[in-house]
Amino acid sequence: MGHILDDRQNQVSVAGANERTIDCNKASLAGSVSQRACVFCGSRVVLYPIVDALHVIHGPIGCAAYTWDIRGALSSGPELHRLSYCTDLQERDVIFGGEPKLYKSIIELIDLHHPKAAFIYTTCIVGVIGDDVEQICRTVQKEKGIPVIPVQAPGFQGSKKDGYKVACEAIFTLVGTRSKPFTPAKSINILGDFNLAGELWILLEYYKKMGVHVNATITGDGRVDDICNAHNAALNVVQCSGSMNYLAKMMTDEYNIPSMRVSYFGIEDMSDALYDVARFFKDDDMMAKARELVKEEISRMMPALAWYKEQLTGKKAAIYVGGAFKAISLVKALRLIGVQSVIVGSQTGTTEDYELIKQLCDEGTIIVDDSNPVELSHFVKQKKADIFIGGVKERPIAHKIGLGFCDHNHERKEPLAGYEGMINFAKEIYTTAMSPVWKFTKEQQ
Amino acid sequence: MIEAKTYTSTRNSCKLCAPLGASLVFKGIEGCVPLIHGSQGCATYIRRYMISHYKEPVDIASSNFSEESTIFGGSRNFITGITNIIKQYKPGVIGIASTCLSETIGEDIPGHIRNFIENFEGPEKLIPIFINASTPSYCGSHAEGFHNTVLATIKTLAEFEKMGKHISILPGMVSPADIRYLKELLTDFRIQFTLFPDYSETLDNEYTSEYQLIPTGGTTIHEIRRMGNSKAVVEFGANFNKGVSRIKENGSTQTAGEWLATTYYIKNYQMPLPIGIEASDKFMETLRELSGNEIPEKHRKERGRLVDSYVDAHKYVFGKKALLYGEDDFVTAMADWCKEIGVEPFYIKGADFETLREKSKEFKPDFLLGNSKGYYIARGLKIPLIRVGFPIHDRFGASRMHHIGYRGTQELFDRVVNALIEYKQENSPIGYKYI
Repeated sequence: MGHILDDRQNQVSVAGANERTIDCNKASLAGSVSQRACVFCGSRVVLYPIVDALHVIHGPIGCAAYTWDIRGALSSGPELHRLSYCTDLQERDVIFGGEPKLYKSIIELIDLHHPKAAFIYTTCIVGVIGDDVEQICRTVQKEKGIPVIPVQAPGFQGSKKDGYKVACEAIFTLVGTRSKPFTPAKSINILGDFNLAGELWILLEYYKKMGVHVNATITGDGRVDDICNAHNAALNVVQCSGSMNYLAKMMTDEYNIPSMRVSYFGIEDMSDALYDVARFFKDDDMMAKARELVKEEISRMMPALAWYKEQLTGKKAAIYVGGAFKAISLVKALRLIGVQSVIVGSQTGTTEDYELIKQLCDEGTIIVDDSNPVELSHFVKQKKADIFIGGVKERPIAHKIGLGFCDHNHERKEPLAGYEGMINFAKEIYTTAMSPVWKFTKEQQ
Repeated sequence: MIEAKTYTSTRNSCKLCAPLGASLVFKGIEGCVPLIHGSQGCATYIRRYMISHYKEPVDIASSNFSEESTIFGGSRNFITGITNIIKQYKPGVIGIASTCLSETIGEDIPGHIRNFIENFEGPEKLIPIFINASTPSYCGSHAEGFHNTVLATIKTLAEFEKMGKHISILPGMVSPADIRYLKELLTDFRIQFTLFPDYSETLDNEYTSEYQLIPTGGTTIHEIRRMGNSKAVVEFGANFNKGVSRIKENGSTQTAGEWLATTYYIKNYQMPLPIGIEASDKFMETLRELSGNEIPEKHRKERGRLVDSYVDAHKYVFGKKALLYGEDDFVTAMADWCKEIGVEPFYIKGADFETLREKSKEFKPDFLLGNSKGYYIARGLKIPLIRVGFPIHDRFGASRMHHIGYRGTQELFDRVVNALIEYKQENSPIGYKYI
């Protein structure tokens, strides 16, 4: 594999062919053109959907501009999260310190919006010039009477995944600070769904039908008050485990709240997510309702799904997404519509995730951690993939080679979670795989 | 211009950071891979931002600073980064943009480059040409980053042997379609030229069926070297990189054209972006002077058709008010064009989107003219947004959009007129078929 840099050889494996455990959880190699972002990005995307909090970026303008309204995380109420605030540090601030500017910025913005809380993100430059952001946050919190939480996220202090941890720590400072008068016994927190394209609302509907109370949604359509009360839930249901497991673990340690890992993508995983919750509460009625719901949804979608499967059988897909747990769901969902996954990779997977992928996938499937355009473009050619499933940065790789593309990232506009999402997913795969335009790209091969 | 109430923070910024402008320039050099010397996020964010606009691959490497490199210096990461770029891409050029992080900790990038070259163990022919631009994001915006990188590249490469017959043209931040238009126009005038930076192909490529690691196209190194021999320079802009004065530059900021003029005594024709008839006339007049040829008939007729369409549609635009935003050079030129057709332009230099949104309650614009990021203001005011410039993240075809010359003005004019007519038609209870 000459196209893989020497120092990255161990981050690529093949299902079945060898038993090598993939090397992961390490910093991206300089010059490799990693698809990952930084610590700041990790923290920002996780906290972003908290809609009634103020988000202020202490740093240069780029960090704020590139993350403005970056996620299609919908809100059922306030939309404060969609505004991008930044101290826009200038050379003189870098020399003399940015503290006065930060203090004034937060005060003015709190007066302007009256948010429920404020998250203050620090960036690379602040990490270097040494502004005491924690002290400023304490001062403002005292003055304004709302939680003002420093999010220490200088980009160089690790990878995007470390940013998730920073975000979890920031959220955890809110958890348990207030209790609502009443939280039903059979209540859960939904962790790690970000309400992209309204996906959270689909889940809420399912849980409601089962008689499960959803206490806090972290962070999709998130509310500060709900997060403060999150410690009163009976269970944490964790999706996107890469970003939220750490919070779940802290809540288990501190408040004895158990957690379970789920995924809402594809029929199998979606159904398991509902059954597992019913099983946890040991509630027959709840289980009966879940079975009823699943039966109803599946019988409604099966004819359409069968049709898509007929059309798509034999197609091959490449998957490269942020979290590996999502990749696992995608492999299963694709199998349901007759599509074989020939490349499966992620930016932030763990050893366990990759082992699971190795077992799940057909022999010969390439498994890769923290990949880059050079590798990905080689892999899709080598494995003759028809479709690529990824995010914005993977799209041109697919399109330049003449592959269909499905956006399974922040920017998606159609919900892909839940049963409804599975149909949307099948439809999108069909639309991209079967378009008549490919006859013009095939001409050139 | 109206004075704005200022907030200490920037609220929904109109500007981006300097390394983005640098990356754009580097993408306009043949065989070049950009390297951003800083954290991984800088490169990734800029890639994502540019990919969403150009809908093309944008590979930008990062030296991926860690805590260790921040404390002890980024030399090792720099060398690993360069080594890996060479292994993966075999580039002819590596363009290095610094970041706020590497600038603040005082990275000696020229020293790192020297170190790399001295210790390189592979064949010498693999050693690329290095261009180094100082682009900390706390100094100016992406526009300054762009101009500073044009300057840094020319300073690094341009040589003087003897004065040639060709001219150099520095169009600034224009679209790939604008660049292709300029090349066509200059060819039609029978002028030999070097256009820099030329990302008309690298960022708007045909379907290739291959992932070109380094897309074809770009100004060649040979051409950039020869810029020192050019008989004249034409550079578009009004503000350039003068929006900021770096402490270390001590107020001596020059544009690339000015540098060529003072260093190699090349005549520099500096003019605003040719948007509108008057500005384009000025540009054509310059080309006429430089070539000794009359304006080619094709282009003379484009002007004639443009005047004709101004006459036909003048009533639909006269007296309307436009809210403008974007890079200073672009906005200045757009504002002059607005005045030319009787539209009242409104802009606040250096303002962010929230300030513009608040002030637009007083100004009451009829439409917005700018990049796609102003959409939320247009949506709030229920008025049209005519998308121009960079970035356009919510539509296709941004690369194919013309803005400059008679041709670009024609396209702009038609789009503005039709947007206003469509707005009136959509909001009419009649639903008429003729205008």
